[in-house]
Amino acid sequence: MPRAKVKRKSTAIDMTAMCDVAFLLLTFFILSAKPKTQDPITAIVPAAASEVALPETDFAAIIVGQGKVFFNIEGQDLRMETLKAMGEKYGITFTPQEVVAFSNTESFGVPIQQLKGLLAVPVADRSNVKQIGIPVDTTDNNELFHWVRETRKADIALHNAVLTVAIKGDSKEEYPKIADIIKTLQKQEVNKFSLITSLRKVQK
Amino acid sequence: MAELDTSGGGKKGGGKVRSKKASTRVDLTAMVDLAFLLITFFILTTTLQKPKAMDLTMPDKQKPEDKQVELEVAESRTMTILIGKDNKVEWYIGQPAKPIAGPTVDNFGKNGLRKTLLEKSADVKKTQGKEMIVIIKPSSKSTYENVVSVMDELNIVGNTIRAIQDISPDEVGLLQRDGLY
Repeated sequence: MPRAKVKRKSTAIDMTAMCDVAFLLLTFFILSAKPKTQDPITAIVPAAASEVALPETDFAAIIVGQGKVFFNIEGQDLRMETLKAMGEKYGITFTPQEVVAFSNTESFGVPIQQLKGLLAVPVADRSNVKQIGIPVDTTDNNELFHWVRETRKADIALHNAVLTVAIKGDSKEEYPKIADIIKTLQKQEVNKFSLITSLRKVQK
Repeated sequence: MAELDTSGGGKKGGGKVRSKKASTRVDLTAMVDLAFLLITFFILTTTLQKPKAMDLTMPDKQKPEDKQVELEVAESRTMTILIGKDNKVEWYIGQPAKPIAGPTVDNFGKNGLRKTLLEKSADVKKTQGKEMIVIIKPSSKSTYENVVSVMDELNIVGNTIRAIQDISPDEVGLLQRDGLY
């Protein structure tokens, strides 16, 4: 009787399908990736059970942490318009290079007189620059008030949309600072705004 | 699968001698390795969890030229929550001078403030048939997290009538008495 021989199979696997899947996933992740922007200060937002997502456009955030206030405008065209309007208001002329540099700046926290100095620093070295925060006073020297106001105006002019203002506060921030910002917003009749939170499961 | 048909046109014998074509099969292992490496990188760097938001609506400020509108509200269905230091709150119903219930010091969490809110709002609903009004008064010693937590508890309990107001000196005194300021 002839012995039944086990036929040896080749160990080479067909990789075509795996390769297809891998690149499909890769494409998906590359397209959905949004580069994570580094805030100048770390604000650990409080947790809440709210599940409302933030809008991606027509949106500006006020970041509060360590007693300092930063402002973050979403969208390059909006940032350019806002800077031009602010320059006119405070009598500062920004060069086209500075406008472009500002349009690439996600968030900033310096008084407007020091903004030129900040924009002269390349984006990669910004983390070394000490930013003292935007002045928020109850007096006339409330620059945050004008930043929010000019951003809202620019948003209506550019997109004909109502700007969503959000507050991203650090958990340990003392309440009076937040109250100042809420008052600043209420002064221009922004009575509805969002508080940025991280998701927490409700303990039953 | 990944190779092309390289056999001849089916002619058998005769004809010209063809040079044997090399297989077009490509070794994809390295490419797949690279692809998975990049996938891993992108999975780890993307932020899947988008930040959430809690909407906050403040009452419109009264302008001096407007007529003063005083809304009469039954004090028996108004609960005031004072937020003190060290993640503690103090609540009362009615007026600070002669409260109907409280003032009581409470913690956050499901056995603290939430239990109180559930009990009291059920009480008010039963006796008056209306929803309880909650006024949040954060003191200057409270943190932002506490304010958000109180708002969150109200959302969980399902309370819709609420406001954030400035604290009065009387109420600061109340917090001081209980060591929360």
